[in-house]
Amino acid sequence: MSYRVVCYINQFYGGKGGEEAADFKPALVKNPVGPGLELQKFFGDEAVIVGTIICGDGYYAEHIEKARAECLKMIQDLKPDMFVAGPAFNAGRYGVACGDICATVAESLGIPSVTGMFPENPGVELYRAQIFIVKTEGSARGMKEALSSMARLGLKLLKGTPLGPAREEGYIHRGIRKNFFKEKRGSLRAIDMLLQKIAGKTFETEYEMPVFKKIPPAPPIKDLKHATIALVTSGGIVPRGNPDRLRVSSSESYAKYDISGLDDLTPDKFESIHGGYDRMWANLNPDVVVPLDVMRELERGGEFGKLHPYLYTTTGTGTSVANAERFGREIGRELKEAGVDGVILTST
Amino acid sequence: MRLELHKVKVRDVRWGDVTKLEDGVLYVDKASAIKEVADEVFAKVDLKLARPGESIRIIPVKDCIEPRVKLSGGRDYFPGFVSPMQRAGSGATLVLDGAAVVTCGSIVAFQEGFIDMSGEGARYTPFSETNNVVLVVEPIEGLDKHKYEAALRIAGLKLATYLAKACMDSKADEVATFEKGTVAEESAKFPDLPKILYVCMSIAQGLLHDTYVYGTDVKSSFPFLLHPNEVLDGAVVSGNCVSACDKNTTYHHVNNPVVCDLYARHGKDVNFLGVVISPESTVLAGKERSASMSAALGVELGADGVVITEEGYGNPDTDLCLTAKYFEQAGIKTVVISDEASGTDGKSQSLADATPEMNAFVSTGNVNEMIVVPPMKEVIGDAGAIALLSGGSAESLREDGSMYVELQSIIGSTVEIGYGRIGCEWV
Repeated sequence: MSYRVVCYINQFYGGKGGEEAADFKPALVKNPVGPGLELQKFFGDEAVIVGTIICGDGYYAEHIEKARAECLKMIQDLKPDMFVAGPAFNAGRYGVACGDICATVAESLGIPSVTGMFPENPGVELYRAQIFIVKTEGSARGMKEALSSMARLGLKLLKGTPLGPAREEGYIHRGIRKNFFKEKRGSLRAIDMLLQKIAGKTFETEYEMPVFKKIPPAPPIKDLKHATIALVTSGGIVPRGNPDRLRVSSSESYAKYDISGLDDLTPDKFESIHGGYDRMWANLNPDVVVPLDVMRELERGGEFGKLHPYLYTTTGTGTSVANAERFGREIGRELKEAGVDGVILTST
Repeated sequence: MRLELHKVKVRDVRWGDVTKLEDGVLYVDKASAIKEVADEVFAKVDLKLARPGESIRIIPVKDCIEPRVKLSGGRDYFPGFVSPMQRAGSGATLVLDGAAVVTCGSIVAFQEGFIDMSGEGARYTPFSETNNVVLVVEPIEGLDKHKYEAALRIAGLKLATYLAKACMDSKADEVATFEKGTVAEESAKFPDLPKILYVCMSIAQGLLHDTYVYGTDVKSSFPFLLHPNEVLDGAVVSGNCVSACDKNTTYHHVNNPVVCDLYARHGKDVNFLGVVISPESTVLAGKERSASMSAALGVELGADGVVITEEGYGNPDTDLCLTAKYFEQAGIKTVVISDEASGTDGKSQSLADATPEMNAFVSTGNVNEMIVVPPMKEVIGDAGAIALLSGGSAESLREDGSMYVELQSIIGSTVEIGYGRIGCEWV
């Protein structure tokens, strides 16, 4: 039995007209239309296009929620195994419509959804993380190639064939790093790359440098004598037994503990569960990582106003930048709301 | 300098009355071997065998060592450790190719890793393909962790040397020759070939994160130059209790693939200058020092290009960035090899630091990627140790004995000297 495929195209490829017909309302045709005719050839008898939704680019853009719901209803009724939109090449509104309806179908119906766009189409940045967008030329000159790639990728997704890297499968990557076994070991790849680089020839890095966000430091505390200071650590200090089960590495959470009644972090009550350093001394005296003892002394001596009653803690080894950024935002927000003026952040 | 590695293939390992090699089978006299590694700090010493394809998990693993011994040009092995100090890299060395000593014991609990001899996990570690003699020790009560690490490190080296020494009259299946003159001689011989330096960044952070060269801890050392033969002949030893995936075990050092692959092309399309061991420090001044002095060595040697390999992840990413930056600024073309920590979902940026000069990057994989490894019939060591290993968690070990873990808990899975074929791609 062939897989059932539903397609989405705009008014132009649906033969309804150009810009003057951009407000064309979603309509269903129960067979392949326009690019779908060629796409069907690429599918052969493995998949059959059972319907095509035609919708004006202007209509989708201006009534996005309504258009999305109308299209979804029609698609759902056809009980497809896969959904294909476009290709939209470098057409902005069409790209956004293709991306939006693909993302909607993928989420609501849980079926593979494929579209095709030129990498600079604004739809790419909006939807690349959620759907498969095949890389196309900037114009319909690349139609045949685009449809061939979309059909090839679509059939793999339908059959559950394991996918190779995005660059080999021909789609625009979804921002996910995945391990593959390569033909040559790393040392050989490095030497090959170096000789290309020395010879002034082209070489392809295996990871483009990320751009780090620059966080401007907060203004200095004007009146330390009345300031509230909080302790935050990535050194993995937790109450003994690790009640919140913080991970020893690659943290995906942080925890918050009341230290208001304590003068000192003692080894009978606290320990380090950090997986990235020698914990011997931290476990003999957790204050070496979270200096509560010294902070209490300074607090009593009037060096600063008061210590915030909660300690925030996580483990900072192998922890992804994305998670670290989220912890920072959340902890920062809570501290700000609690009126904290300054933070001593201890790392290890 | 000329080094011959006389490689004898080891296809199996079994217990025997006498330690010897016969028809590719390494027989181990257990009692003598245990006696060889005895130390007053060990309450109990045991040996186990693990062969490729067997349903065995070894956990927690500290180091892996290839059994070797000098046939000529020195005595025993690992100069400065278990043989007298002498420059390594000349004469002939017997290699029990296909065998490994695996040291096992919970020193720092979470900074060891595991090896599966079969199943999905076996694909990611080279030590599922070696015939392993596993050293399992229990320390005396109250033993300081640092003394425990030192004793287990030395015991592993002794056992590896003992095994090879007992097989000294074996006939080599293959003799690999590594011969190269001084930098000046080779540069005169190959004036037109690009001069390539290799910088092997090595964790030297103290607190059990240490690399040793000729018996000494390089923590307080400057970057220094070694002849490639010295690296291939036991000068460098791991003393690292750090995340399992990307530490260079002692086995990796003597088989360093960047050294081997540059050597193979020496005189053909490269002029291999040598190896700089560059210590990775915990403090920024130390990182700056190692990076700038490594680049200075490159300048003094007239390097055209450099391969830089990282050890570890996280803060050593800064050492890597600085080193690449200073080499590029000195006009020396740079390629780095590093793994990535892009989160269990692969969606995070992969490094803790970045620099635009690092535009030629070879990836050895995402350490955070999750895999399921099947249950093994036998566990050498402690199955529950996974709860505390980096890359494991309390939930990792399932009731049926299978484990759901990050790749980083497997020894050598993403090692950054490029020993394996794994690498990240965008999907």
